[in-house]
Amino acid sequence: MDLDDTPEQAEFRAEARAWLEQHRDQAPPRSGSHEDAQWITARRDWQRKLAEAGLAGVTWPEEFGGRGLGPIEQVTANQEISRAGVPGILDVIGIGMLGPCLIAHGSEEQKTRHLGPMLHGDEVWCQMFSEPAAGSDLAAVRTRARQTDGGGWSLTGQKVWTTNAQFASYGLVLARTDADVSKHKGLTMFIMPMDALGVTVRGLRQISGEAEFNEVFLDDVELGEDAVVGGVGNGWGTALTVLMFERLTIGFGSDSFGSPVRLAQTLAADPDARADSEVRHRLGDVITELLAVRFNGYRALTALARGQIPGPEAGLAKVTMVNAAVAATDLAADVIGPEALEASGEWSYLISFLPGLKSAGGTEQVLRNTIGERVLGLPSEPRLDKGIPFSELRTREAQGAAG
Amino acid sequence: MNLALSDEQVLLRESARGMLGRRKTVEAARNALVDLQELPDLWPDMVAAGWPGLLISEDHGGAGLGAFEGMLIAEECGRVLASTPLLGLLPATAVLDAAGHESLPAIAAGEIRPVFVPARPPGDLDWRWTVDQRTGMGRAPAPHVTTDGDDVILNGSVAFVPDAEGADLLVVVGVDPDARPTAVVVSPGADGMEIEPVSRYDATRRLAHVTLDNVRGRRLELDDAPLVDAWYLTHALIAAESLGTVETCLERSVEYAKERFTFGRPIGSYQAIKHDLTEILRRLENARGLQYYAGWAREAAPDEFALAASAARSVAGQALDFATRTMINVHGGIGATWEHDAPLFFRRAQLSRRLLAGTRDATDRVAEQTLSTATP
Repeated sequence: MDLDDTPEQAEFRAEARAWLEQHRDQAPPRSGSHEDAQWITARRDWQRKLAEAGLAGVTWPEEFGGRGLGPIEQVTANQEISRAGVPGILDVIGIGMLGPCLIAHGSEEQKTRHLGPMLHGDEVWCQMFSEPAAGSDLAAVRTRARQTDGGGWSLTGQKVWTTNAQFASYGLVLARTDADVSKHKGLTMFIMPMDALGVTVRGLRQISGEAEFNEVFLDDVELGEDAVVGGVGNGWGTALTVLMFERLTIGFGSDSFGSPVRLAQTLAADPDARADSEVRHRLGDVITELLAVRFNGYRALTALARGQIPGPEAGLAKVTMVNAAVAATDLAADVIGPEALEASGEWSYLISFLPGLKSAGGTEQVLRNTIGERVLGLPSEPRLDKGIPFSELRTREAQGAAG
Repeated sequence: MNLALSDEQVLLRESARGMLGRRKTVEAARNALVDLQELPDLWPDMVAAGWPGLLISEDHGGAGLGAFEGMLIAEECGRVLASTPLLGLLPATAVLDAAGHESLPAIAAGEIRPVFVPARPPGDLDWRWTVDQRTGMGRAPAPHVTTDGDDVILNGSVAFVPDAEGADLLVVVGVDPDARPTAVVVSPGADGMEIEPVSRYDATRRLAHVTLDNVRGRRLELDDAPLVDAWYLTHALIAAESLGTVETCLERSVEYAKERFTFGRPIGSYQAIKHDLTEILRRLENARGLQYYAGWAREAAPDEFALAASAARSVAGQALDFATRTMINVHGGIGATWEHDAPLFFRRAQLSRRLLAGTRDATDRVAEQTLSTATP
């Protein structure tokens, strides 16, 4: 049992550290507004430099511009980037989740056309899965894709929670191509240019007042036959690949929430707080949970490096992390008082951001269902949508609601 | 990075599970509530398995293994509520090994069973070395140590010491007149020594009140570090043992939730039950992560061991409390009767959380470690 680098990993780390040392003065600031076009451009340029240095897309195959290394090296690169005090890649969703999905399911043409510009930040990508009526129950998407006379597709519907849509060039869209089969079967994944006719992007303001996410409206958006990823009717399986990579991406970014160091510093500076047993217990519980997540992350990495794919139990780390971050910000605000809620202060943004994060990637309740059923083997809740054509579902739901 | 168990560690765990599986330890835990004589004597099995020498260096006749291996064994004991004197034994051997004590080969061979009489190191709010007292919220000062020629004289008392009854040698942590911690080796038969066996609620946990009235012993030449380490080692072990018990509570509750039907459905299909069982799993996984942290820190980052062991005990202790209560709830009324094993696990949880300064004291120590490193 050790947390040490192998000689090869140590060499990779030294190389990353040396490169970052040399180039850190070319990096943009770590934080900025997603509405600031200049900062976004600087982040794209920085992503290109990281990619050329082999510090982005570390796990991507070499033929697509990656390093062809393992997840531990990706984490090593992230650690060194964080240590250097510079931002990482801008397009976490593209490089972490959508690119790997294209590598797994895309055609040769799709891979050749899209992976390079994605990796180098020339084209940012976004993920259009969730809808107002399809969140945790993702297979309930209503966006319709109808085949046109020329063999292409026409998409109409509404997507939501779309990070980076305001400046993305492309996105993956999950849409329904057949409503007469059960909900998981009639889905197809498409590549959609964000500048296509009929695409409207609108910012979605959150509790903090900022608009990090977007709504995307599709109004008869025309796509070619070659926009389909992974085959017509196979959209659910393609989406699951993305969600598996999402678990990995969230799991490896786990130190970023809750800022335990700042919490500890804030409490340590307050003599009344640091001697108060309730404050100490709350702090002890928060720190303990975050330490557990960190070491479980190392365990997950060990398993990954041995070729094991993380299962749904990885979702427990997300539950722990988000709740610990909520408890951490709560504690800081209780100690600081109303001043903690001052808009430009360091706590107010997290206080506003965390309640929504509880539902990100599926609500905590649905995660617990999935883990209870898939990990503990508990029987599933009786489902009212199984084997029923999607087109009949809404009528049945209405009947169910009426009792 | 590699946090996987080695082949040797897997083997150690499996042989412990095999050995304990041949004894009806859970049944014994119930019978012992009526008659303590019903507890099987597992010492000969422990000796045969080499556990007494686990932490003793090879030079002194032991296996020279680490705290993590001790935790793997404690976890197996916890799974089946085995009544083994590990909590008293392993920290005692760690202290004696640091001092290179003459008894080590005999201990490793199982001829002598030592016990650790623990004292809690000072913290940021309490500068003293303290011990558990018989009742009340406060903490008693660690026994006083005064020098008398080559010997030392001990005065004081320590309540609820695990495994002290029947031990062949005691390693007592006391303080000298300058408030410096001192480890003293004492014979249980020494004049002025009283070891009063006590049993509280969980019959598998053998406890004793140790009273020292001008008791003569020999000082171990050690600095503070091994004594601080020994206190946190007891925490890491009780955490591992609790983790093992949580595993059993979860397995048995899940099994029942699949079999028991209400309103035409297995109760495990209801979210109310499913989410509680998932919560046990979440806490169990966190406790396991911290078990790795504690095991890693003691070898590779000793400065972090106090934090890691305290975190492990805090999470595992709270997990055990949650798991045993949930186990009773999932089983319904029968889970709260002697017909079922659930109360035995519940008894274990109730006593464990209050021993060795208590689970919440460990949480406080996590805060203390965090605050002290955050102070500018």
